[in-house]
Amino acid sequence: MLTPAVSFQAVHKQYGDLSALKSISFDVRPGCFFGLLGPNGAGKSTLINTMAGLVKPTSGSIHVNGHDVIKDYRQARRTLGVVPQELISDPFFSIKDLLTIQGGYFGLKGPAQSKWIDELLERLALSDKRDALTHELSGGMKRRVLIAMALVHQPQVLVLDEPTAGVDVDLRKTLWEFTKDLHKKGHTIILTTHYLEEAEALCEEVAILKSGNLKALETTSELISRHRYRYLRVTPSSSLFDVNQLPEVLRDLYVEQDANGVLFKLEKDMPLNPMLGWLANAGFDVQDVTSRNATLEEVFLDLTGEAE
Amino acid sequence: MQMNWIGCWALFMKEVRRFYSVAVQTIFAPVVASLLYLLIFGQVIEARMDVYTGLSYSQFIIPGLVMMTILQNAFSNTSSSLIQSKMHGNLTFVMLSPISPLELYLAFVGASIIRGLAVGVGVLVVGILGFDITWQSPMWILLFAILSAAIMGGVGMLAGILADKYDHLAAFQNFIIIPLTFLSGVFYSIHALPEFWQVFSHFNPFFYMVDGFRFGFFNQSDVSVGFSLTVTLLFFVVVTAINLILLYKGVKIRH
Repeated sequence: MLTPAVSFQAVHKQYGDLSALKSISFDVRPGCFFGLLGPNGAGKSTLINTMAGLVKPTSGSIHVNGHDVIKDYRQARRTLGVVPQELISDPFFSIKDLLTIQGGYFGLKGPAQSKWIDELLERLALSDKRDALTHELSGGMKRRVLIAMALVHQPQVLVLDEPTAGVDVDLRKTLWEFTKDLHKKGHTIILTTHYLEEAEALCEEVAILKSGNLKALETTSELISRHRYRYLRVTPSSSLFDVNQLPEVLRDLYVEQDANGVLFKLEKDMPLNPMLGWLANAGFDVQDVTSRNATLEEVFLDLTGEAE
Repeated sequence: MQMNWIGCWALFMKEVRRFYSVAVQTIFAPVVASLLYLLIFGQVIEARMDVYTGLSYSQFIIPGLVMMTILQNAFSNTSSSLIQSKMHGNLTFVMLSPISPLELYLAFVGASIIRGLAVGVGVLVVGILGFDITWQSPMWILLFAILSAAIMGGVGMLAGILADKYDHLAAFQNFIIIPLTFLSGVFYSIHALPEFWQVFSHFNPFFYMVDGFRFGFFNQSDVSVGFSLTVTLLFFVVVTAINLILLYKGVKIRH
């Protein structure tokens, strides 16, 4: 059996009365593009920080590529690269110097390391900023520097904590291309993001946290297909469609109305005929009906919106 | 566990390059400030203060001023670097690396020794150019200079670890470091003090650093140099131990 890229075993973190993580246990398989999702305050960053050694768990253990992050922290950190959520700066050193120094912390120096740094700068479109100081860079460029810093020791596992927060579309695209490329080369990628469309498109497996609890853990496709609801978009022939006129039974299924029609949420095994019948009886002139599975975002909202 | 010497060296060099990149502020300004002390105190107090036999007051205070700049700058180096790293967030880069608490301590304290000595040498060179300074025991001078800089680098590290904002650091510096430095016999021999303050001075660890350092120049001191070395070494061990405990526990750094 392959050693998990990351293994969380009964990880608990207590801050006073607050349980930030409640006995979290799961594995991330090597080479997986893994999404760690959850609303604000769910415990995602705390979990990442326990993995990185920035936060000490109250109990439980975390292994990165088989190395305990506390007892064998040197080896664990050598195989882990973390892109922190907050933008970080250093007023004294240029980008190239920062990368060289960071490599030095990992015991790396010499021509091969210098070549890798040049390659990183090239790949992240930072070559022309190599001599700039961090405070001279835009937010997006600072984010790229953080990614370069996380990759300077060529870790097997890369953790990206909200990498696209406040980042423009172009950079997001560049970033995802780069990340997908790393994934293709066999790196394990752990991503936290609030952009669930991105997570759905990129992540093979997801874990959903809420209030320090693990609410879901499975492949993205299984999580979506296993979801008990599907969505029905009804396009009325008249723009005078008034949702307030919907019969009681349909009002329970109603989600939202927009320019493209009205969205209803149905149990997957519910037949469509009664639905259409109810609409017809209520005098709604239906032009078109499309049915689809839930998106990751809808699954996420269902899982994180339910009562504790 | 095997030491990560390359990592430790990288952090040490980073810290040295950090203060060197702002040398006007970190090296030249303290040298000028000390020379102002020498000019003002030397001129005003020269005729009014009895110090050691055969020494002018200006000759007497030069080693004290050198030691004072070493102490204050070694402290400033670690404390300001740590608080800045916390504020800018770049301490995270070190925390994510395989550098151990001991290596972190050695790198930071090593850099603070370099800065302390750089500023101390600056003051000493100007003092030598203007006054007749003797070097009775250079080994004592070097030993006390390095040990004292290491201690104050460690004290600065404690302050940097514990401080959450610049205000905390300023309080530490203004209410602890500066008073203890000024009351350590930099500007006077403690024999010139009333008895109460003489006794009080013996509880100030900075006094032993200054006194032992001064012994290296004049072969004269307020207490025996062996005792000064013992107290200084003890202080070094205590400061190092507290730092390592805090770093291994991750106090205020790893939450």
